[in-house]
Parts: sequence; structure tokens; C-alpha cells
Amino acid sequence: MRDTQRSDLGAAVFVLALGLLSAWQATVIPTTPLYAQVGPKAIPYLIAAALVVLGIGLVAAALRGGWSHDLEEVQAAPPTNWRALTLLLAGLLANLSLIVPFGFTVAATVQFTLAAAAFGSVAHARNVAIAFVVSLGAYALFVKALGVNIGAGVIEALVFGDPG
Amino acid sequence: MDTLAGLAMGFGHALTLTNLGWALLGCFLGTAIGVLPGIGPALTIALLLPITFSVPATGAFILFCGVFYGAMYGGSTTSILLNTPGESGSIITSLEGSKMAKNGRAGPALATAAIGSFVAGTVGTIGIAFLGPIVVELALKLGPAEYFCLMVLCFVTVSAVLGGSALRGLTSLFFGLLLGLVGIDLQTGQPRLTFGIPELLDGVNVVLVAVALFAVGETLYLAWRYVEGKQQVLPVGSIMMSKSDWKRSFWPWVRGAGIGFPFGVMPAGGTEMPTMLSYYMERKLVKPEHAKEFGTTGAIEGVAGPEAANNAAAAGILVPMLTLGLPTSATAAIMLSAFQSYGIQPGPMLFTSQAELVWTLIASLFIANVMLVVLNLPLVGLWARILKIPQPQLYAGILVFATIGTYGISNSVVDLVLLYGIGIIAMFMRRFDFPVAPVVIGMILGPMAEQALRQAMTISQGDWSVFVTRPISLAILLVAVAALVGPRLYGAWVRRMAA
Repeated sequence: MRDTQRSDLGAAVFVLALGLLSAWQATVIPTTPLYAQVGPKAIPYLIAAALVVLGIGLVAAALRGGWSHDLEEVQAAPPTNWRALTLLLAGLLANLSLIVPFGFTVAATVQFTLAAAAFGSVAHARNVAIAFVVSLGAYALFVKALGVNIGAGVIEALVFGDPG
Repeated sequence: MDTLAGLAMGFGHALTLTNLGWALLGCFLGTAIGVLPGIGPALTIALLLPITFSVPATGAFILFCGVFYGAMYGGSTTSILLNTPGESGSIITSLEGSKMAKNGRAGPALATAAIGSFVAGTVGTIGIAFLGPIVVELALKLGPAEYFCLMVLCFVTVSAVLGGSALRGLTSLFFGLLLGLVGIDLQTGQPRLTFGIPELLDGVNVVLVAVALFAVGETLYLAWRYVEGKQQVLPVGSIMMSKSDWKRSFWPWVRGAGIGFPFGVMPAGGTEMPTMLSYYMERKLVKPEHAKEFGTTGAIEGVAGPEAANNAAAAGILVPMLTLGLPTSATAAIMLSAFQSYGIQPGPMLFTSQAELVWTLIASLFIANVMLVVLNLPLVGLWARILKIPQPQLYAGILVFATIGTYGISNSVVDLVLLYGIGIIAMFMRRFDFPVAPVVIGMILGPMAEQALRQAMTISQGDWSVFVTRPISLAILLVAVAALVGPRLYGAWVRRMAA
């Protein structure tokens, strides 16, 4: 089995699992006491069934040789850049864990710096500075001009006084 | 209201200072994001959706349409100067455009693309203004059963007809339909597919999904395959077109617009097919003395035609969106959800209940076209400079704004987890060649289709045969089936003839 075929099989099984997962969620929809010609469960069952069928179709396609090896983009693809991918995912995780305790600006600055590093930038200090200015500016724009709260925290309280 | 009276009213409203300001802002922003690789109009409009809380509907839609048209103009700049098309519609433009740029003719290539976009955008907008009311007349005769069938047709064409594989396209579509189901069922109040998580009772936000698919997924995929190195931006030079350039561009513009618009109007949507058709047509029709420029030094016809087709198709997409409420591209789907956030339901009633909005919007499209050709020709140097923003900071910035857009919805970390989770799925979708547009369309159109289905069932008192006994709905369903199996039967037939 080729490498591309094995990964195609993985994608196909994922779709199948998604179908089964949604079928399970469809079964737990409470039966409605209201009268309806088509109840709330009908369409979820239909969609879950379609995903299962499509998943089976994809598994069959993968077992017959898969489809990725025909894709030009996959043939020409450079090897996986683990360093970039890890740094970027670290940036996402950092944002997730920092935004509630420290607010938007801190979280966004860390995320920006990690993401820029993922794409090969080495001027980390400069990136922190850019990120700080950009995210504080964005915060001001969204919260003060558009009235959309995007997460106040330590820095925002220092700069704008009242949080939020 | 007839078209001319509508347009007169529309221009009256569109030519106010505020609305001109929105149009200019939209055009500027649209061109900029069209130029930047990695972000497109769907993502930009999704990120701008929060303004619907504080800006009147007319202003917001003028802005969105400016972004939509502007991105088409900007996309051609990138495909010519970088040889990496910004979006699917400009793949063909980069074929000849980048060759012209390598031969020092970037300027005329950019000029013919911009003027061609103007010609096609204007033709397309005239098409919207005159065709729209006609489609509305027809659409008013449709009941929920026909509407449901139309949506099914739309689902089939956006997922199974275009793109590499029906299997993968349909999987994307059903993934979108699944996301659309999450939350409280509107008719019976039952929670669906919420996994018991209270934050999911309100459903999955459209902005979140669009941002996850177009920003997070794309950035992750780029990191996965990242190779260090600088992209070279080719110099622009003089943008003046010679007399022969004008002569060689004129008919390709007209033909491109003529091919593009009908393709956009049809629920098949998509800009790949008309641009490709226009390219092959120009290649066939080119004067023999210029034929050798195709594929070697770059033929101006090969830029003018497809670029016009691209813009006319983009304008055409607005016809089913405004008249039927059917989005056939990801951008149109996001605009549809913007209508919904104003409590406006796009569809045949829009032209009567929101006549002022619709005609102001159409008038603004004409104005946007003029603004764009003015913005694009003299300022092309500025746009070329935008291309020089270094990639690390560009992608990092995109991620930060993606987070803002999502966290701003409800300040919930659950949303961010969803954003990154769907983003990771989108990265794999990109790798395994699953199209992302059907996800957005399925997610937005799915709940509407379910509602139409249930209404039709209530009217028919549970008789499922309504879909095949009403002639129009049967006809639409047959077209959908033909669109699904037709290409396969044809392929099998061709193979048999060849064997």
C-alpha cells in the first residue's frame, strides 16, 4: 500500500466516523411533543446516513488505490515542515490559554510572534513590537469604534482604563 | 418597479456622500485583500459582519459588494505579478499574464485586466438590473416544494458538478449541512447535535466556519508545506496599452463578458469554467500573427478574455443570490447570512419589500466599477507594493484577525476551540482535495432547505409525492439528477466509443 493510499484511507475513515457520530447525535434528539409532518430528527438522520454512505464510498475509493497520488499538488509537495506546523499550532494553543486570563492583546501578541516564527521570521523582538501595536490598534478599533468586545485584560485596562 | 425607474431611484440613494464613502472603502479594501495572497472576499466579508450591528443595511451591503468586486480586480494583479493566483477565478489569467510580465509587459497585462474587468463588470451589472426583475416574476410563482427542489439543484451543482470528484464534493456539502443542523430546531425547539454543550445551542456561527476554512485552515496548510524563500514580484513598468493592445483586447473583453455572465447566473456558479472556456476560445480565435505568443511571450487576448469572463461571472452570481436567495459561491453565501443578520430574507420578495436597498445596491455596483478602474490603473504601483509584505507577518496578522473576528462573536473560548478544530479539518480537506465552498453553502442553505421541505410537507399534509407531481418541481429535480449523473454517463459513453 502506497503512503498516499494509506492517508486517503485515513481521511475516508474520518468521514465515516463523522457520519456515525452524527447518527448517534441524531438518536439523542428528544422526541418533540409538538405535531410536525417532518420532525426535528428526520433531516439529521438523512444527513448522517448520507455521510455514512459517502464515507463508505471514500473507503472503497481508498482501497482501490486512493485519489491523492493523482493530485498534482500532492506530487509536487515539499516534505512536511514539522517545525512550522508545530510553531503555528503552539500559537493557536497559546491564544486559547491566554485570552481569558490575560486578555486579547497579550494572547494575540504571543500568537503573532509564534506564527511569524513558524513562517521563518527570526526578528522576534521586532515581531513582538509589531504584534503589540497591531493588536492594541485592532482592539481599539473593534471595541471603541465598532462596539464589539474582543476580550479585555491586563494591557487593555492599563491603556484604556476601564476593562471592556 | 421597472428597471429604469429602479435604477433612477437607486442612483439617487447611491450618490449620497455616505454611500459613496462605503463604496470607496469597499473597493479599496476589496482590491487590497484581492491582491494579498491567502485572503479572499469570503473571509473579508465574514470578518466585516460585525459592522452589521452598527451600520444600516444599505451601507453595509454597498461595502460588501465593493469588497466582492474589488477582490476580483485585485486577484488579477497577484496572478500577473506573482504567478500565484489569489483565487480560483484568476488561475487562467496567470497563464498568459505572468508570461507577459516576465517579458516586461506586466503593465499592459494589468491594464487590460482592469479595463476588461470594468467592461465585464458593467455588462454584468446591466444584466443584473434587467434580468433580476424577470427572474423575480418567475420566482414569485414558486411554492415551498419548488424552492426545496431549487436548493437541491443548487447543492448538486456546487458540490458534484464542479471540482475534481463528486464523492469529495458531496462529502464537503454534507459536512456543511451537518454544521448547519447544530443548535435549537427552529420549528420544535429541540436541541440538535449539540453534544450537550450549552454554547452550541445557538448553532455554529457562520463567521466562525468561514474564518476557520479560509484563514486558519489555509495558514495551517501553508505552514505544513512551507519552504523558506522569497517570492519574486515582477516589476510593473508602464501601464500604457498600445493601439494594437487595445484592438486585440476589445473583442476578448466582450466575448469574455458574454460567456461569463450566463455561467454566473446559472446555479452552477463558479468562475473556473467560464474563464477556461474564454481562454480556449481566444486561443482559437486569435489572429495567426499573434498565435505564437500564446504560451511563449504571453498573449494579451489570453488575459483580456478570461479576466472579463471572471468578472462577469462574479456579477452573475448576484442574480440568483438577490432574486432567489440562492448562494452559488462561498462569498454569496456569506452575504446571504449578512442579509439574515439584518432580518432580511433574500428571495423574490426582496425586490418589492426592500426595493430601495436592492436598487441602491445595483447602482452602487456601477459606481464601484468606475471607482475600481480608477483605483486600479493609477494606483497599480501601490498594490504591487502590498505584495511585498513579508509572508511571516502577513500570515501571523491573518491569524490574529481571524481570532478577533471569532472571539468577538460571543467572547467564548468554546468558539475558539471550534475555530481551530474546524481549521485543522480544513487543512486536511485542502490536502485531500475536498472543496471548501460547498461547506459554507451547505451550512447556510441547509437550514433554509429544511424549512422549505417542512413547509412543503405541511401544505401537502405529509404527502411526499408533491415533489414529483408538481411539474416545475419535477423539472428542477430532473435537471439536478441530470447534472449529477449526466457527466458520468457521458464519460462512460466516451470511453465506450473510444474502446
